Amino acid sequence: MENLFNIFVKSIFIENMVFAYFLGMCSFLAVSKSVKTATGLGVAVIFVLGITVPVDYLLENYVLKEGALAWLNPSFASVDLSFLSFIMFIAVIASMVQLVEMIVEKFAPVLYNQLGIFLPLIAVNCAILGGSLFMQQKEFLNIAEATTYGVGSGFGWFLAIVGVAAIREKLQYSNVPAPLRGLGITFIVTGLMGLAFMGFMGIKL
Amino acid sequence: MSDPLFSKKHLKLLTDPLNSSNPITVQVLGICSALAVTAQLKPAVVMALSVMAVLAFANVIISLLRNTIPNRIRIIVQLVVIAALVILVDQVLKAYVYDVSKQLSVFVGLIITNCILMGRLEAFALGNRPWPSFLDGIGNGAGYSVILIIVGFFRELFGSGTLWGFRIIPESWYITNGGFYANNGMMILPPMALIVIGIIIWVQRMRNRKLIEE
Repeated sequence: MENLFNIFVKSIFIENMVFAYFLGMCSFLAVSKSVKTATGLGVAVIFVLGITVPVDYLLENYVLKEGALAWLNPSFASVDLSFLSFIMFIAVIASMVQLVEMIVEKFAPVLYNQLGIFLPLIAVNCAILGGSLFMQQKEFLNIAEATTYGVGSGFGWFLAIVGVAAIREKLQYSNVPAPLRGLGITFIVTGLMGLAFMGFMGIKL
Repeated sequence: MSDPLFSKKHLKLLTDPLNSSNPITVQVLGICSALAVTAQLKPAVVMALSVMAVLAFANVIISLLRNTIPNRIRIIVQLVVIAALVILVDQVLKAYVYDVSKQLSVFVGLIITNCILMGRLEAFALGNRPWPSFLDGIGNGAGYSVILIIVGFFRELFGSGTLWGFRIIPESWYITNGGFYANNGMMILPPMALIVIGIIIWVQRMRNRKLIEE
């Protein structure tokens, strides 16, 4: 349990997707204009990361990794399909997003209307593919750890986008130099928030 | 009907993305990788070349297929083309520049979800012939590279006093050797990449007032 908690906290604060690795910046910059839409996209990202990371974990450990196919037949033990991981992960993500979209539409139409266009857009959000690729690098021991990592990093992304959206709403009343307005100041604000988040880096878990 | 290979219209495809429609600072595409790999010049250049290669060839392939791809499944077709090209680039990098490939870690894979690719495929390659699409890919790749190289240059110079691994700021200047200079350690930390790009946008928009947002 303690181990899971460590992974959770670490993925939210210390290895924050946005501030430590800059993943999902494109939608981060495009959608952080108001807190409401930012919340919608953030929830969708938590949701999709929490599903795709464990699925990709199973795929990695039972199909792609060197020797992973041994459960099928001992003679496959030397097969290494890891060069296929990019194409497999992106296929899983694209189809999972489609599936999640259909499930949400059927069982939670209110949430579906709120998320709107953001759900399909998530397929090309690099935070999602990044989550799976980091999962591959970290070599988690079991699926519970991978799931915790997925949900945790989604939550970190959610916190970041809502925080920046709140700052940008306030910024509309400030007198920013004309060439910096919009995109420029958002970059600098995100950079300063990143510096603040670096304060967590000293924590050893 | 066919223009000469390097007509004015075609050259514009190459030069526009360098400044007035730069993929990073104006179209806001493909930021993630631009920030993460630029702590040093060498990985930044390798990344820039990889993206340029993938973008140019993905553009050509999609442009050749543009009349046969059913509209409803075009996204998945684009993703498959891009993913296949990225796997090629990844294997080449692993074979020839292994140390840089280790440094870039997951970011080579993340070229797949780099929005420049999807953006250009959707906006250009689906509606144009292969040769203009190729030029558009090279042009946008070059616009991306320019920003990556500028950011990498400043971050490596001020962060570690080297360029491409060679020492630029003499050892004798450092405080530890009795000098007056110290590296700005903040430059190699991730948040400074954001601030450096913010400043590049500032400078660009001061020179090109048309780009200023309201």
